[in-house]
Amino acid sequence: MVNVQEGIPIARPKIGSSGFTGSWRITKPVIHYDACTKCRLCYFYCVENSIDLQQDLYPKIDYDFCKGCGVCADVCPTKAIEMVREVK
Amino acid sequence: MMLMRGNAACPGCPIPREIDALLEVTGQKTVLVVPASCTSVIMGDTNGMPSSVPVVHSAFAAAPAIASGIKAALNSKKEDATVVVWAGDGGTGDIGLASLSGAAERNEDIMYLCYDNEAYMNTGVQRSGLTPYGAWTTTTPEGKRERKKPIPQIVAEHGVPYVATASIAYIFDYQAKVKKAKEIQGFRYIHLLSPCPPGWRFDSSLTIRIAKLAVETGIWPLYEIEKGKFRLTSLSKTLIDKSKRKPVLEYLKLQGRFSKMTSEEVKKLQNEVDEFWEEIQKID
Ligand SMILES: Cc1ncc(C[n+]2csc(CCOP(=O)(O)OP(=O)(O)O)c2C)c(N)n1
Ligand code: SF4
Ligand code: SF4
Ligand code: SF4
Ligand SMILES: [Mg+2]
Repeated sequence: MVNVQEGIPIARPKIGSSGFTGSWRITKPVIHYDACTKCRLCYFYCVENSIDLQQDLYPKIDYDFCKGCGVCADVCPTKAIEMVREVK
Repeated sequence: MMLMRGNAACPGCPIPREIDALLEVTGQKTVLVVPASCTSVIMGDTNGMPSSVPVVHSAFAAAPAIASGIKAALNSKKEDATVVVWAGDGGTGDIGLASLSGAAERNEDIMYLCYDNEAYMNTGVQRSGLTPYGAWTTTTPEGKRERKKPIPQIVAEHGVPYVATASIAYIFDYQAKVKKAKEIQGFRYIHLLSPCPPGWRFDSSLTIRIAKLAVETGIWPLYEIEKGKFRLTSLSKTLIDKSKRKPVLEYLKLQGRFSKMTSEEVKKLQNEVDEFWEEIQKID
């Protein structure tokens, strides 16, 4: 990273530059781990980069930022991800 | 995670992952130059930006010229970094075409990524030169009558060292192309088809499925042109034989923007795709 003096009005890297985008969700992806084969497709294709791989290589969704688009559920070959209606 | 979660992109927008996959390859020593577009919004403001590398926001038509200048400045300071223009289809193929052409003709040592969502999305889905035939936009309410401007071919005609098409559905093919481009000196151009749920009128869960169908139907061939030599890549290598390609209709029918097309119009588009593949067969 290039060091820019503090106080100069430039944008700096930040997780959640638009806040906790998890609050945008209408439906929530829930992984049924018994059906998950650790293929990682959801991880590669989560368009929001909101899925992490845990140490055991199972995927884990970061619900603070997941926008509930449903892409992960659509690409999962074993249908291990269910989109559940979320009422807040 | 080089492009951070919690950004302003719409749910289902592929842009954050597309930039992340790019930066995974080009690395921390990358400078992004972004002209006015959806990405300008995604890149945030002084409250914070999702990019882990510097982003220079540019006026609509100026990105390739600015990137050329940044690369020259870095060279003079003996800083080795990859300078990448990340621009939409409007910024690339319409308003920025002159400065793109200038940078390509001068063979500037920059990489140019066009993410093509086939309209001016940031301002509310107006047609661009890269909107395909038959597609609804707010300025083509009955469907666009003209064909899609062939920008990768136009750039290739400048004789630049590297031109490629790519798709987020074929992420390793895309990253392999970025890797190749990173190692080449001179002007490198990659054109990504980038489905947009609100602009193309499809459910946000279908982004990857639609990106994949674009390749499977042959409407979006994956290829690279390296030092003038054309080569199909990934799945597209297997699609020369028409029977291997899915009907274009399978791609069209998932998207509301094509819902007004008549069967004659679909046939016309299918014929254009088939003719394009016949041309490919001759050069491949
Ligand atoms: C000179 C100029 N004209 C018009 C605009 C308004 N404008 C901002 S973004 C945009 C559309 C950009 O379309 P594209 O390059 O395809 O990117 P997208 O928004 O689709 O990602 C327009 C017309 C502008 N910023 N500057
Ligand atoms: S719903 Fe969308 S944002 Fe959330 S984890 Fe799945 S792909 Fe990522
Ligand atoms: S796509 Fe499905 S099977 Fe593959 S890792 Fe994700 S949840 Fe598991
Ligand atoms: S309008 Fe389309 S391209 Fe723009 S942020 Fe939304 S999904 Fe992405
Ligand atoms: Mg666009």
